[in-house]
Amino acid sequence: MNKTIASLREAVAPIGDGATVMIGGFGGSGAPIELIHALIDAGPKNLTVINNNAGNGRVGLAALIEQGMVEKLICSFPRSADPKVFTDLYLAGKIELEIVPQGTLAERIRAGGAGIPAFYTPTSYGTELADGKPVAEFDGRPYVQERWLKADFALIKAELGDTLGNLTYRMAARNFNPLMAMAAAETVAQVSGIVPPGGIDPEHVITPGIFVNGVVEVPDPKQEEILNREGAVYP
Amino acid sequence: MSDALNIIKLTNEQIAWRAAQDIQEGAYVNLGIGFPEMVARFQPEGREAIFHTENGVLGFGETPPEGEEDWDLINAGKKAITLKPGAAFFNHADSFAMVRGGHLDVAILGAYQVAEDGDLANWSTGKGGIPAVGGAMDLVHGAKRVAVITDHVTKKGEPKLLKRCTMPLTGVGCVTRVYTSLAVVDIEGGHFVLREKLAAISFDDLQAATGAELHIEGDVTDLVVPQL
Repeated sequence: MNKTIASLREAVAPIGDGATVMIGGFGGSGAPIELIHALIDAGPKNLTVINNNAGNGRVGLAALIEQGMVEKLICSFPRSADPKVFTDLYLAGKIELEIVPQGTLAERIRAGGAGIPAFYTPTSYGTELADGKPVAEFDGRPYVQERWLKADFALIKAELGDTLGNLTYRMAARNFNPLMAMAAAETVAQVSGIVPPGGIDPEHVITPGIFVNGVVEVPDPKQEEILNREGAVYP
Repeated sequence: MSDALNIIKLTNEQIAWRAAQDIQEGAYVNLGIGFPEMVARFQPEGREAIFHTENGVLGFGETPPEGEEDWDLINAGKKAITLKPGAAFFNHADSFAMVRGGHLDVAILGAYQVAEDGDLANWSTGKGGIPAVGGAMDLVHGAKRVAVITDHVTKKGEPKLLKRCTMPLTGVGCVTRVYTSLAVVDIEGGHFVLREKLAAISFDDLQAATGAELHIEGDVTDLVVPQL
């Protein structure tokens, strides 16, 4: 078994029009910028994208949105230092937005990966984000029912990957990436380095390879924050 | 009246300082993005709190010097941070398990409005624009103590402590203590209980700047903070 994918182009090639795509990262940290840019080059339309944010500046997720490829965004916080790309499209009614509290977003993705179709959380009870959702009382407290989130594809960023898809992460770049790896039918990870089986100590594996379909090497990945400080625009 | 309040009221630093005095040794603490982040600067000498950030770090420290940022190491406000010895990384689901699961000792948040029954409005003014909730609705549930730091009144001089919030709610019955620019107020049994107030303001003037009844149960002490 070897899950190595030779190029970013091949890694995103299966993603077609109308696909639901989870994209890892929290802001720029852990965002698979190179995979997102390859997806822009491939150009599928009418995507539903799941990410914590709505992009910053004009690279990465913001660039994907700017290209008009995203029909719907599911996120917790569509504000950033430079949210103009998303904001303009949203106010023009050209992109649909589903706001989900951040912890609920994480748990819905985890539940999707874990085969749990719904769960109850205290979060959002009594607020407009709970409108229309079933409420139940447990031990005297009210909780809101939330449903799992799954995707056709997950594009994630990790630090090291082996050819079996086992992954490690770097610092706070972990965030949503291990959850999304579990919740998508096809998960591709961009990694700074690919090693043979045994190249990662089993004690250090964060995402076991069973959740990963492909790994593609990007030896020196760009940081969204640095690209934005340089005024970069993609494409 | 609001001009007079502007002269005596605490600065944001002083409000943050007062909130920091109630954080106990060894407490696990989440500070909301923006103004609440300031609380970390005023930890009392000899007490160590461990700070949690939603994006998967426990035990972070100061902001790094400019030019030494590592953009894989940020807080929930997307600002660069550093690590203290003993820090830990974890994924987002584990991070919010810490939040909702009752493992945090204190969460300190900002507010547009707080109601006497503990309802909090701090995520949307309800006036349109782009909705963005982040982790606020999760943070108000699960921390053992949910405290708010805020100016006592709005920029227009309207009360922020009210009988009922008029803006969209972040959480119901969740706030336990409010540190304002004029007073420290607990929320107990569905009403505001005054604990401390600035010596420079009379009870009647404080009540006039508050949108619901301030109850007095036991001593009300002077709210004393250093010049910062």
